[in-house]
Amino acid sequence: MEKRVTFRGWWLPLLLIAPQVLISAVFFFYPAGQAIYQSLFIPDPFGLSSRFVGLGNFEFLFGDKFYRAAFGTTALFSILVTLCSMIPALFLAVIADRLIKGSGVYRTMLIWPYAVAPAVAGVLWLFMFNTRVGVVSWYLGNFGYDWNHVLNGGEAMGIVVVASAWGRISYNFLFFFAALQAVPRSVIEAAAIDGARFWRRFWTIVLPLLSPTTFFLLVVNIVYSFFETFGVIHTITAGGPQQSTTILVYKVFADGFVGQDLGSSSAQSVVLLVVVGLLTIIQFKFVEKRVHY
Amino acid sequence: MALFKREELHGMVEKRGASLWLTHVVMILGVLVIFFPIWLAFVASTVTQPEIVKPPMPLWPGDQFVENYSKALFSGVNVPVTTMLFNSLVMAIGIAVGKIAISLLSAFAIVYFKFPGKMLFFWMIFLTLMLPVEVRIVPTYEVVAGFGMLNSYGGLIMPLIASATATFLFRQFFLTIPDELAEAARVDGASPMRFFWDIVVPMSRTNVAALFVILFIYGWNQYLWPLLITTDPEMNTIVMGIKQMFPSGDDVADWPVIMATSILAMIPPVIVVVSMQRLFIRGLVDSEK
Repeated sequence: MEKRVTFRGWWLPLLLIAPQVLISAVFFFYPAGQAIYQSLFIPDPFGLSSRFVGLGNFEFLFGDKFYRAAFGTTALFSILVTLCSMIPALFLAVIADRLIKGSGVYRTMLIWPYAVAPAVAGVLWLFMFNTRVGVVSWYLGNFGYDWNHVLNGGEAMGIVVVASAWGRISYNFLFFFAALQAVPRSVIEAAAIDGARFWRRFWTIVLPLLSPTTFFLLVVNIVYSFFETFGVIHTITAGGPQQSTTILVYKVFADGFVGQDLGSSSAQSVVLLVVVGLLTIIQFKFVEKRVHY
Repeated sequence: MALFKREELHGMVEKRGASLWLTHVVMILGVLVIFFPIWLAFVASTVTQPEIVKPPMPLWPGDQFVENYSKALFSGVNVPVTTMLFNSLVMAIGIAVGKIAISLLSAFAIVYFKFPGKMLFFWMIFLTLMLPVEVRIVPTYEVVAGFGMLNSYGGLIMPLIASATATFLFRQFFLTIPDELAEAARVDGASPMRFFWDIVVPMSRTNVAALFVILFIYGWNQYLWPLLITTDPEMNTIVMGIKQMFPSGDDVADWPVIMATSILAMIPPVIVVVSMQRLFIRGLVDSEK
C-alpha cells in the first residue's frame, strides 16, 4: 500500500493536499455538521431564534405518515428502477454477445441514453405521455385506456420508473456485455458438446459466471435510483399526485426549499446520511470482494 | 482426431443463417425501442406547434428545423439557449478540470510523501464519498449563499468539485508507477514537483482523459444544484433550464422549442460519449471499481 521511495518535506505535501481538504471541509463537512446540528432544533416562525428539541424532529419525522410513506415509495421505486434497467440490459447484452460482427455498432447506438441527463430524459418521457399532446397516451386512449399520470398515482410511478430506468439500460448493458465477452469460450463450447442448448447454457453457466457483475450493478443501480433520479421526478411529477412519487431525496428538497421546514429537512438529511453510509459499507464489503464461485 | 470440427463447434455456440438474421432483427428492435424517445423529440423539434397540439403528432421530421432551432438558440423562452449552453459548458469543464487537478495533487501528496496528519486527511477525503450533494442541500446552499456565490460559476462548480473517487483512482494508479522512477529522480536531484510534472502527469494521461469524459457528463447533467443556486435566468444551465421553459398554469408549452432545446442539451454529452467510447468505457469501469 505504501511507496518504498518517498520525498522528504512536510509543508509541500500539506500544500498539495490543501485544496481538496479545504473544499471538503467547507462544502462537505461543515454542511453535514450543520445538518446534524440543525436537526436538533426547531427555528421559530420568524427565523430569529431556535429552540433545542433534542431528537424531537426525528420523533416527529417518524410519526409523520407521509415520511413513512416516502420510505415505502423509495423502496418500491428503487426496486422497480433496478429491475427495469437490468433485465432489458442483460437481454440485449446476451443477444449482442451472440453476434460475431456488428455488436460494436449496436453498442454505439445503445450508449446514447447514458449521455442524456435524467432531467432531459424526464422531459422526453413527459412529452410522450403528456395527457394533452403525448403520442403514447393518445394511442393508449385509442385502445380505450385513459392514461393520466397527473391524477393516477400508479401511472405516475410507472412513468418515473421507466424514465429513470431508460438511461440506465445503456450503463448496465455496457457492464453486462463486457462481462459476457469475458466468459471463456472453451467453457461454453464444452457445454455445447455435452448437448446443452442455448438457454440451458445461459441458466447453468453464463448467469452464475455473471454474478459478480450482477451484484455490483444491483448495488450501483439502487444507489442511482436513490440519489440521481431527482431530475426525472422533478420534471415529470414533482412528487405527486398526493406524494405518490415523493422519494426521500425529493422530500428533503420539498420540505427544505419549498416548505421551508428546516428542522425537519435537516433531520431528513441526517437520516439520508445514515442510509448513504449503510449503502457505502455494503458497496465496499461486498462489491470489493465481489461474489465468487 | 477431434470429435468436432472448429466450424461445427462455432455453429453450436454462435448463430448462423436464418437464426443469425433473427438475432439481428431482435437487436435492431431493441435499439429502436431504446431510441424512440430521442427520435420523437427530434421530430417534435422540426414541426410546428399546431401539428403537435393536435394529436397524434407526425412520426417523421417536418420542415421547421431551422426556424425552431434558431428560435431556441437565439431567443428561447426565458433566455437564449446559447447562454444556457455556455453556462453548462463552463460548469461541466470547470467541474471536470477542477476535480482532476485537486485529485492529482492530493493523490500525489498521499502516495509520495509521509507527513503529519496524512491518515486523517486520507479518511477525510474518503468520507466525502458518503455525502452526495442531494443529501446536504439545505446547509450547502446556506454556505454558498453566505459566500455570496449564488448565481455565479464559482457557486455552480465548487461544491461539486471535491471527489474521493478521482483521488482514489489516481492513488491506485500512482502506486503502480515503478519506484525506480522516483528513485532516479531523487538521485538526479529533481525536486518533487519536477518529478510530478515531468513523470507522473505525463504517465497519467490516459487516466486523466478517461476521467475527464466521465466528469464532463457528470457536470453537464447536474440538475438539482443549478436549480437551487441559479435564480437569475442568465445563469441557468441548459439541463435545468428546460424545465423553466414550461409555463406555469394552464398555458400550452411551446413544445417545438422545448424539444429543440432538449436535443441541444443532449448533443454535447452524446458527442463526448460516442466519439470517445473507448476512454468512456475505461473511465466508467475504473471509476466504479
